[in-house]
Amino acid sequence: MLAYIVRRILYALPILIGVNLLTFWLFFIVNSPDEMARMQLGQKRVTPEAIEKWKQERGYDKALFYNTQAEGGAAFTNTIFFEKSVRLFVFDFGSADDGRDIGYDIRQRMMPSLALAIPVFTVGLLVYITFALIIAFFRATYVDYLGVVLAVALMSISTLFYIIGGQFVVSKLLHLVPISGYDGGLAAIKFLVLPVLVGIIGGVGASTRFYRTIFLEEMSKDYVRTARAKGMAERVVLFKHVLKNAMIPILTGVVIAIPLLFMGSLITESFFGIPGLGSYTIDAIRAQDFGIVRSMVFLGSVLYILGLLLTDLSYTLVDPRVRLS
Amino acid sequence: MTALLQILQVLNDRNWVTLGLMRKQELWVTRQRDSGEICNKPGIFSYSLLLLMVALLDGCGDGTWNSPYPANEKTSNTYYSAFEIRPKHLDPAQSYSSNEVVFTGQIYEPPLQYHYLKRPYTLEPLAATQMPVPYFEDRDGRRLPTGVSREKIAFSVYDIHIKPGIRYQPHPAFAKKSDGSPRYLGLTAEDLEDINTLADFTETGSRELLAEDYVYQIKRLAHPHLHSPIFGLMAEYIVGLRAYSKQLRSVVEPQGGQQGFLDLRKYPLAGVEVLDRYTYRVKLIGEYPQFVYWLAMPFFGPIPVEADAFYSQPGMKKKNITLDWYPVGTGPYMLTVNNPNRQMVMERNPNFRGEPYPSEGDVGDRENGLLADAGRTMPFIDRMVFSLEKETIPTWNKFLQGYYDASGIGSDSFDQAIQLSGQGEAALTDTMRERGIKLVTSVAASTYYMGFNMRDLVVGGDSERARKLRRAISIAVDYEEYISIFLNDRGVPAQGPIPPGIFGYQRGEAGVNPYVYQWKNDELQRRPISEAKQLMVEAGYPSGRDAKSGKPLIVHLDTPGGGPDDKARFDWLRKQFAKIDIQLDVRATDYNRFQEKMIKGTAQLFQWGWNADYPDPENFLFLLYGPNAKAGKNGENAANYQNSEFDRLFGEMKSMPNGPERLAIIQRMLEITQRDAPWIWGLHPKRFSLFHGWVHNVKQNDMANNTLKYKRIDPLQRAKRRVEWNQPVLWPVVLTLVIFFAAMIPAISTYRRKQRAKGTT
Repeated sequence: MLAYIVRRILYALPILIGVNLLTFWLFFIVNSPDEMARMQLGQKRVTPEAIEKWKQERGYDKALFYNTQAEGGAAFTNTIFFEKSVRLFVFDFGSADDGRDIGYDIRQRMMPSLALAIPVFTVGLLVYITFALIIAFFRATYVDYLGVVLAVALMSISTLFYIIGGQFVVSKLLHLVPISGYDGGLAAIKFLVLPVLVGIIGGVGASTRFYRTIFLEEMSKDYVRTARAKGMAERVVLFKHVLKNAMIPILTGVVIAIPLLFMGSLITESFFGIPGLGSYTIDAIRAQDFGIVRSMVFLGSVLYILGLLLTDLSYTLVDPRVRLS
Repeated sequence: MTALLQILQVLNDRNWVTLGLMRKQELWVTRQRDSGEICNKPGIFSYSLLLLMVALLDGCGDGTWNSPYPANEKTSNTYYSAFEIRPKHLDPAQSYSSNEVVFTGQIYEPPLQYHYLKRPYTLEPLAATQMPVPYFEDRDGRRLPTGVSREKIAFSVYDIHIKPGIRYQPHPAFAKKSDGSPRYLGLTAEDLEDINTLADFTETGSRELLAEDYVYQIKRLAHPHLHSPIFGLMAEYIVGLRAYSKQLRSVVEPQGGQQGFLDLRKYPLAGVEVLDRYTYRVKLIGEYPQFVYWLAMPFFGPIPVEADAFYSQPGMKKKNITLDWYPVGTGPYMLTVNNPNRQMVMERNPNFRGEPYPSEGDVGDRENGLLADAGRTMPFIDRMVFSLEKETIPTWNKFLQGYYDASGIGSDSFDQAIQLSGQGEAALTDTMRERGIKLVTSVAASTYYMGFNMRDLVVGGDSERARKLRRAISIAVDYEEYISIFLNDRGVPAQGPIPPGIFGYQRGEAGVNPYVYQWKNDELQRRPISEAKQLMVEAGYPSGRDAKSGKPLIVHLDTPGGGPDDKARFDWLRKQFAKIDIQLDVRATDYNRFQEKMIKGTAQLFQWGWNADYPDPENFLFLLYGPNAKAGKNGENAANYQNSEFDRLFGEMKSMPNGPERLAIIQRMLEITQRDAPWIWGLHPKRFSLFHGWVHNVKQNDMANNTLKYKRIDPLQRAKRRVEWNQPVLWPVVLTLVIFFAAMIPAISTYRRKQRAKGTT
């Protein structure tokens, strides 16, 4: 298994280089270093000298990919791409355009993101599976029909609607929790109740339908028929046998998402004023801060690759027949 | 709230309340005392529930559940506000944006400040003992007698005396060891291991403000790493500043650009010197009376060398502990929490000397209660909490719930807050009045306009044809309609570049731009569109076609934006041009590309704006000064307008004191520009701000940065109102749960029936 993991990590390197190259290319298609400087230096009384100095200090005065002024390997290494990319591979993210250390900010913002993402993920999973099981349990009854209709309706509504609607009803009309904000420690809970609720409700339609399909597929298999023929109660069949065997497809979707929890939620964090990595990324895109954008894309790619690896490893745990080679 | 407290009490007594489906498949709530059937001692679930309750109850001590603040702040003397964009810089050498000066303005004390209440805006001493009066020198440095002709003036010299006894806020940079050496200098990586914020330094100190601190900051404006936005401007005036920057660069560059401590005391600056402990001198090239306005901005606040040395230590930047994020000042407030990702907190500076509230103000200030605190020592508020709010909906709702003390009015909440009378007078709606909310309005010292690129071959230039075309367009674009449709009447149609409140602006008939408006029946009226069409004919564009070529006239508008929100605005603009048969082509782009076009001078028509740096007409008229052109010279004259008479008059007016002579010159300059019409003059926006009834001493001041020290709040009234406005409503939650579980009952019954049937077969 160790050899398999090492091999997967080595495979990841060209992927990460490719992602970095693509990010770099896409970013600089839309923005030039001059524009980045102007964005940072403000709108009033910005001189061309100040723009030049800004670029020089941050290494944006060099060629993008290939430096015709340099010779040999330096033609590639003395470029913005090389200098900004190579340090990422040792997780040195450098400084944002406003001078703040990106690594420090990521560490600070990771916790609020996790504080929101973990409850949404765990409680959400529990709720979705429960709902799907209930619907499957009452299949072909009004609960099933109503559940499916409701799920389709819920998945057709935009997340933004849940956020604004949730804030309006729960915070503005009922005055139950703060409308937005965040605090450290236990005080964070009262700020997280609504975004967690919104996050769960926002995902309930699609996930419940997905898990219901899995359960129904599993319920049509021979071993379930055998269990029923033996006279087992439907409850036992469903919760003891079906749930266990449906774990593989569930795991596929779940384990891959675990590492990405660190990246936060772009819209939810922004609307609820949660200072996590999602809002950090959105702010960076708005401010055209390449340092942060490339760091977050790189981190996202690393975590996604990690998620895929974990998914593969988790197969061997739930199904001994699966062998990694 | 009471219900929750009871539940908590129950939990504490090990009385567990369980809500759920039990064996009999009935929805029931059971309360079980010490039975042990469900649980005898608290498990993980119970602890989690308790934890959740405690957390939810935090902040509910005042009877509200939705308070975003801790319960112990219920009646604290704290001002609550929001910020939308996190500040980029808090270093006074760099900070320029309005969202930054909210903080730096309260912390740093430049020599001068604006009087809070007097209008027109008036400067007064802050850290200085008196208003500095310059004396003049000739080319050889000989002092000239007063009243000498301007041609002889080569230098202006300002000697600035500061008040003795002013002290800095407590700060680790001033902490000393027993031997008197700095406590926190020469820190190693190990020393910084447990340090994450400035508050982690346990020891602090303070010292007296000295004249050398102001000199140090002026030198910092030339620091090659700081990119001060006013360096370019100041280098034109402060003797030796440009050369000083080059000198500093020659020191910094051999170090490979490393940003270590550069002790600026070692490098004298020719135009700035310390005369004694409390006096320093600034020598300017020529005459620049507007310099005193700059002395009221944080750019000219003091920076103690200890702070610069402290923050420049290796390892500090990596932890974001820099002067750019943790200001050190002598002002009424100090920044104690700096988390620009969430919250910024300023607290009363314990070393602040105190300052009396103004005893005189403008007409009507006494009647409005603005002099009720006259002579009382400021600041009145102990703490200021600014929370990051990126979206307008939560900000507005929190204001309505009483959790923010002040708010602006977004377009989506305008109708909820403001009603307009038949005469266009803005007033609060009944809902707002019932809540005791106050509306404060003022015309901003800003101008938003649409400019013609005077280098353009069609709309630009000094020919009569182009001038008539510009005037025709100026009449056609109906800014009164624009203000009504897009700004909810929050604007004043501009007659020239100078906004109301600035010397040179004239109200009524005297101020009318006769080429676009006429004064009829004591009111301003836009000239009829027939006149614009006649001008088009005279310009050689009858029915919007070039009389020679017969081609339709197409004008290109370059503008940043282009999102869905801008569509209505662009459509409206097209309609305005269509009134005189001109086709408007809107070329929307992102802000950076738009800037690039402007710098290259390739735009034809553009939209632009300017907020005053200081209340002097020079700060607006320079936007049309020839040598200040945007294209090629990177100045602020975006229209690239050039008129030799205007430029000559500008040179004269710039250095004159306000008075009839200066006013006459300004009027002449305005006449020239109104005739040439390089801008469609656009509008001066009106600011509408809302404050709760518990906030006192509120007056809009567009120039002052340090206005928070004047404000006073009534925390008890606020606490009472918050409870009144935020009582939790629980019945819909209970009802939803009941419906949910009730809906399950028939399904469960059906299932049981089926199971029983299965068992019997």
